Amino acid sequence: MFITINQVQKQYSDKNNQPVDILKDINLTVQKGEFVSILGPSGCGKSTLLSIVAGLTKATSGEILVNNIKITKPGKDRGMVFQQAALFPWLNVMENVTFPLKKEMSKKQAEEQAKKHLQMVQLGNYTGHYPHELSGGMQQRVAIARALAMNPDTLLMDEPFGALDEQTRARLHGQLENIWTETKKTILFVTHSISESIKLSDRIVVMGTKPGTIIQDIKVDLPRPREKYKKEMLEIEDHIMGYLKREIDKVVSEELSNAASS
Amino acid sequence: MQPAVKRIIFFAAIIAFWEIGSRLELWMPIILPSPTMVWDALVTGFEDKTLIYDLAASFKRLAIGLGISLVIGMGLGVLLAKSKTADETLGTVILALQSVPSIVWLPLAIMWFGMNEKAVIFVVVLGGAFVMTLNVRVGIKNVSPLYIKAAQTMGARGWDLFARVIFPASIPYMVTGARLAWAFAWRALMAGELLSTGPGLGYTLRYASDFGNMSLVIGVMIIIGVIGSIVDQLIFQRVEKSVLQRWGLES
Ligand SMILES: Nc1ncnc2c1ncn2[C@@H]1O[C@H](COP(=O)(O)OP(=O)(O)O)[C@@H](O)[C@H]1O
Ligand SMILES: [Mg+2]
Repeated sequence: MFITINQVQKQYSDKNNQPVDILKDINLTVQKGEFVSILGPSGCGKSTLLSIVAGLTKATSGEILVNNIKITKPGKDRGMVFQQAALFPWLNVMENVTFPLKKEMSKKQAEEQAKKHLQMVQLGNYTGHYPHELSGGMQQRVAIARALAMNPDTLLMDEPFGALDEQTRARLHGQLENIWTETKKTILFVTHSISESIKLSDRIVVMGTKPGTIIQDIKVDLPRPREKYKKEMLEIEDHIMGYLKREIDKVVSEELSNAASS
Repeated sequence: MQPAVKRIIFFAAIIAFWEIGSRLELWMPIILPSPTMVWDALVTGFEDKTLIYDLAASFKRLAIGLGISLVIGMGLGVLLAKSKTADETLGTVILALQSVPSIVWLPLAIMWFGMNEKAVIFVVVLGGAFVMTLNVRVGIKNVSPLYIKAAQTMGARGWDLFARVIFPASIPYMVTGARLAWAFAWRALMAGELLSTGPGLGYTLRYASDFGNMSLVIGVMIIIGVIGSIVDQLIFQRVEKSVLQRWGLES
């Protein structure tokens, strides 16, 4: 297995310093080159899980192996794309994309590498622009190019299109699919949108909330591109909605009982 | 109407009122000399080069003093942002010192350095250093955690992370700090020169006052005000604005 998540738990302390389970008994394996979505209602711990895989957050217990190596800190083998593009505003597009390459190659090589990936996201003509001169969708494409340019095996994406409008998002879905086909990266893609996860992924890992656990692991066996399979996609969506509804009801009823008791 | 046009009309009206009042002898010239007299005093001052020497001397002290204060402010600001212990001890002292007008250090400075340039520069340094320190500290503490996380996933750590992300990310605060440091240092310089020795604009101001040359007094005051606002508006506010825009903090 390329990524193995083994019995991962995560607790945070609440206001009264009591430990709260955020993630419980998370077990997941991902194959090399697989596109896996992590789907769940907001607050269920998706970002926390991804951040642990990235090495930015420590699990309370359990371990994660990527390519047979135990994760203890962030590394260039795992590129990350956040919901906000997180480009450095004092650097232009080219300098942003070459940021992770500075140490390991000459300036010329780095710029070639960056250019190649900027062309992949169709921003080859924007190398001299600064982030504040770009639209949100363009910024996010630069962020994707930046993560790809360091040539990671794994791409971790935390609701990367969540802040974009519907049309931009649809276009970026297409671009991401092409990039994935072209580069054969292993992708862990966090989202709370059911349709987005069905459109993009080989597998959908559905998470429940309080504590965050994996409740379903669904294979999406539709050929790509999937535009032609509207009916099948809707069937899967109904199927997943059934699981998620229970989770959402759980959150709502808990909030109601909290409100009643306080 | 353009703001610039409004301003010109406003100043023209003030000067006209001032000149006419003086001609009608509504007040004595020793209380308030007329604009033409002030103008003549300035022209004489520039022609015999005394004002030019004053400007050069004042700017030299300001450059040295402000330069030192920015370096100290940068160092202390980084220290306070990075070390909790330093912040809890030295930080509170600096906060207290910041509320003391730096000119009150002049008597001590004269004891330590003598009645000379060094004492004035010392006061200028104290004028700028603390406000710079506090701004650098806040700037570094306010760096978005997202930038730091993103940089970490790209392999940046330790000194590399500081030099390539944390430091540049806090530049907007540093520019604001430098602007405030300049404003405090400029005031400290004028006060210091007024109370100590020359050459310098402040010294000439006192010298002119001692000899009852009110035209020159007002002339020098105008120079001080004009320089203050030119540096603030034409240099610092422009730099600040373009930095804020580039850093995405203002559109
Ligand atoms: N640093 C933290 N300290 C305390 N609680 C946290 C922290 N980070 C996240 N949480 C809590 O963990 C839960 C899961 O958060 P998150 O992983 O961001 O969820 P998701 O990405 O699925 O919306 C939330 O209830 C959140 O309040
Ligand atoms: Mg999240």
